[in-house]
Amino acid sequence: MVLEIVKPRPVWQIMFSTHHTDVGLLYLITSIAFLFLGGALALAMRAELFLPGSQIIQDSMTFHRFFTVHGTTLIFLFILPFAAAIGNYLVPIMVRYKDMAYPKLNAIAYWMIPVGAALVWLGFADFTWNAYPTYSILRAPGPAADMWIFGLKILGVSSILGSINFIVTILKCKHPDLPLSKVPLFAWSTLIASVMTLVAVPTFAAALLMLLTDRLGVSGFFNPAMGGDPIAYQHLFWFTFHPEVYILVLPAIGMMYEIIPRFSRKPLFSTGSGIAAFILLGIVGFASWAHHMYATGMSFTEKTVFMIGTLAAVPGSAMHVFNFFATMWGGRIRFSTPMMWSVGGIALFFAAGSGGVLNTAMPLDFITHDSYWVVGHFHLFVFGTIAFGSIAFLYYIFPFVTGRMYNEKLGQLHFVLAFIGAVTVFFTQHILGLFGMPRRVFDYPPFPEWITMNQIATVGAMIIGASMIIFLFNMIHSSSKGKEANMDDPWGIGGKYYYPHRVKTPHH
Amino acid sequence: MTGHSSWPEWVYIGVVVAILVWVGADSWYIEKLIDHAPEDAEIIKVTGQQWFWSFEHADGTKEVGELHLKKGIPYKFEVQSKDVIHSFNIHDYTVMMDAVPGRINTVWFVPDETGEFPIQCREYCGLIHYNMRGILYVEDT
Repeated sequence: MVLEIVKPRPVWQIMFSTHHTDVGLLYLITSIAFLFLGGALALAMRAELFLPGSQIIQDSMTFHRFFTVHGTTLIFLFILPFAAAIGNYLVPIMVRYKDMAYPKLNAIAYWMIPVGAALVWLGFADFTWNAYPTYSILRAPGPAADMWIFGLKILGVSSILGSINFIVTILKCKHPDLPLSKVPLFAWSTLIASVMTLVAVPTFAAALLMLLTDRLGVSGFFNPAMGGDPIAYQHLFWFTFHPEVYILVLPAIGMMYEIIPRFSRKPLFSTGSGIAAFILLGIVGFASWAHHMYATGMSFTEKTVFMIGTLAAVPGSAMHVFNFFATMWGGRIRFSTPMMWSVGGIALFFAAGSGGVLNTAMPLDFITHDSYWVVGHFHLFVFGTIAFGSIAFLYYIFPFVTGRMYNEKLGQLHFVLAFIGAVTVFFTQHILGLFGMPRRVFDYPPFPEWITMNQIATVGAMIIGASMIIFLFNMIHSSSKGKEANMDDPWGIGGKYYYPHRVKTPHH
Repeated sequence: MTGHSSWPEWVYIGVVVAILVWVGADSWYIEKLIDHAPEDAEIIKVTGQQWFWSFEHADGTKEVGELHLKKGIPYKFEVQSKDVIHSFNIHDYTVMMDAVPGRINTVWFVPDETGEFPIQCREYCGLIHYNMRGILYVEDT
């Protein structure tokens, strides 16, 4: 159930519960905790890159471990669990069912996450979140690398189990009176992302096993000395992780679909267009994986095919952006914190998507690939779009979880600082990439342009860091001492919400 | 459905698709132009290993960490690796090709300006990846 609203409960009752709002709460708290841990690593890296030479990190290996765990954490331990948290809270209510289809499986899927997280954080591997062979099989130091492989294996199984649960809940448990076309768009985004997970993730699960046996020396799938091919791993990896980009972004878009019509006080422009765009992205998301690999020596034909596949994904994203703007057009918009975060997220989504079109244009890719341009580009997605949508929704669901209202002024200050910070860091990193700085470097030669831009990026990152401290204070302070929320309509904008605090709590 | 008209969305999608087709066609055309090295290109063997680049000219001369080339002559690099994946990159000339163990990748260019240009590794390759650097010297013929 929800904190505070009924009556306070001992923490173990929440931990061993299988009820969907309890599991949702566990997911929520876990994911936010890892947002802060992963973010702290990012700030350490930005501080290190403020000037050439070693600043606060003594050796390059520690720096490599930082960016590896930073990426792994924020993708697998923040974004995915956050989407699962909101899915747990809202999907059963949206399809009008009493719980998730398989409550115990739901709890198991959650409890695999701390185990996987422990392996990743205690190991602290260094081979980047891509773990490309032959570095990962021949040179990456164990046991960190092996622990990362096992950790990711567990996190992968967890997300497959969670996806099965969402698919069955939405397709089989939805109320008979509710046609699929009337299911709210957030539930649709969860459905499409879950189906994509089922198709995409097993490939990486297989690749991880091959990586492990290659590391043990008993096989040579990716080891050319034993007749293998390291590029095969990259295909397996990106076949999972390009669709994964959509698995990450679709629920965030779904969250914006929940927020934007509500705070525009106007019905959504077109549900049909939103559903069509989700399905379209779910299909073409699988047609573009090798655009990450132009520089591995691909033939002209291969590059052309994957460029077309990548460009084909753009209209779907553009339809979402259009839908949001058409919904806001002529609405009586209330710029409360969740709305500000959503609109900011859409703006950065547009910027990220435009950059993506340039990346996939074959000749331009050879300028941007593996440079800081790419770092800036995908952070506009994962931070600018997905984290913005997620934070928007955290503010949105906050009163229903805690029974109290967050501080509106601090929430808006958080947004303004984070938006300024995000633009400062990630736009600058794009330009830094055009000046040729490679990604994943612990140190760089003292070219004046590189120094200036790294310093601007570091300042931007610190602004984001400051905004996150405000966020943390707001969440902790407001959840214990905030104003009591009006639980029917916390923002006073009218209309009915989905009320996770009103669901019945059966005794498990 | 609220009964609104959907033509603005179709117009918008049309514009987006038109831009994408233009970007795709243009980059297809340019990539086609630069895909194959000219027949008379001089071949340079480039080998990446942790953590330096070595070069072998067509006449057998070897260089480590620096590369001397002549202005105005087309060069074709045959890029390979001895251990892990590296990426051979001369950013100022948009030369960028992964050095993958077990295969030889090719990339070509014509230096059109004399001077010194940084050579770097653009794929993470371990401990000293950040300093796997070299210098390209382009000299007048």
